[in-house]
Amino acid sequence: MKLPCKQVWGHISEYLDKDLDVELLVDLEKHLENCEVCSAILDSTRNVLVLTADQRTYELPVGYSDRLHEKLEHAIRDIRNIESEDRSG
Amino acid sequence: MQAVSQNDAELIQRILAGEGGLFHELIRPYEKMVYVTLFAMLRNEAEAEDGAQDVMINAFRHLKSFRGESKFSTWLVTIAMNEGRRRLRKAKSAAEDSIETSLEEREGDFTPAFLTDWREIPSEALERKELRGKLREAVDRLPTIYREVFVLRDLEELNQEETAAALEITVGTVKVRLHRARIMLQKSLVPYLKQNAPARKGFFGRMFQ
Repeated sequence: MKLPCKQVWGHISEYLDKDLDVELLVDLEKHLENCEVCSAILDSTRNVLVLTADQRTYELPVGYSDRLHEKLEHAIRDIRNIESEDRSG
Repeated sequence: MQAVSQNDAELIQRILAGEGGLFHELIRPYEKMVYVTLFAMLRNEAEAEDGAQDVMINAFRHLKSFRGESKFSTWLVTIAMNEGRRRLRKAKSAAEDSIETSLEEREGDFTPAFLTDWREIPSEALERKELRGKLREAVDRLPTIYREVFVLRDLEELNQEETAAALEITVGTVKVRLHRARIMLQKSLVPYLKQNAPARKGFFGRMFQ
């Protein structure tokens, strides 16, 4: 069966997740082979995901890790102190 | 769902037995993930950092309740998502929330943007700092219900079931929201992609097969 473009767009996300029935997958791939518009849409959507996964897209603020562990150090100590006070009554 | 890794399980056991200092080691591989989740949700560095500290402290405090049925990272990212939601609720009016919920019901325009041709090699596009900035801005503009699914699925790479559990929604809803989020992002980014080939005559005629 020949798929219309509009139907292909509705399945782009599932296609990228490899979450399609075999039958639909075959029809979709056949369509993509022959349709420049849909394959460009697919490529650009796929690249949104590649870009999202790139480590440089979201970076940590300088010193984040040090500040986090320093804060944790204090918090762990406080929590442990409260716990031992509770135990000793 | 995947269970906790052996290394994490051992560390957790020792921390619960009294070696609290090992918590630093346990969370080190996940500290970026927690920050990024909060940053993508809150769109503010200081808030995200503050939130990340709270998430880790909460995780330490409630480590006993971690059952080990899921990965430790999934448990942590769920706490981060809840912290993000809590902070957003605090900052936002109820009116805005209801607008976003109604988006779900709407037969919205979730059609992708057309591009004449995209011949740019993906690895080259990735080198463009500007494009990464544009993506972050586009994620920022996503309505919360779409942004949270996108963050968990495509940024933190949780699977559909883990995402559904973290957000307390069905797998079907995860799929619908993710599809819409991805299409909205595609639409936002297309104007910034290098399109080498000019639109050809008859292009629009061929658009609908």
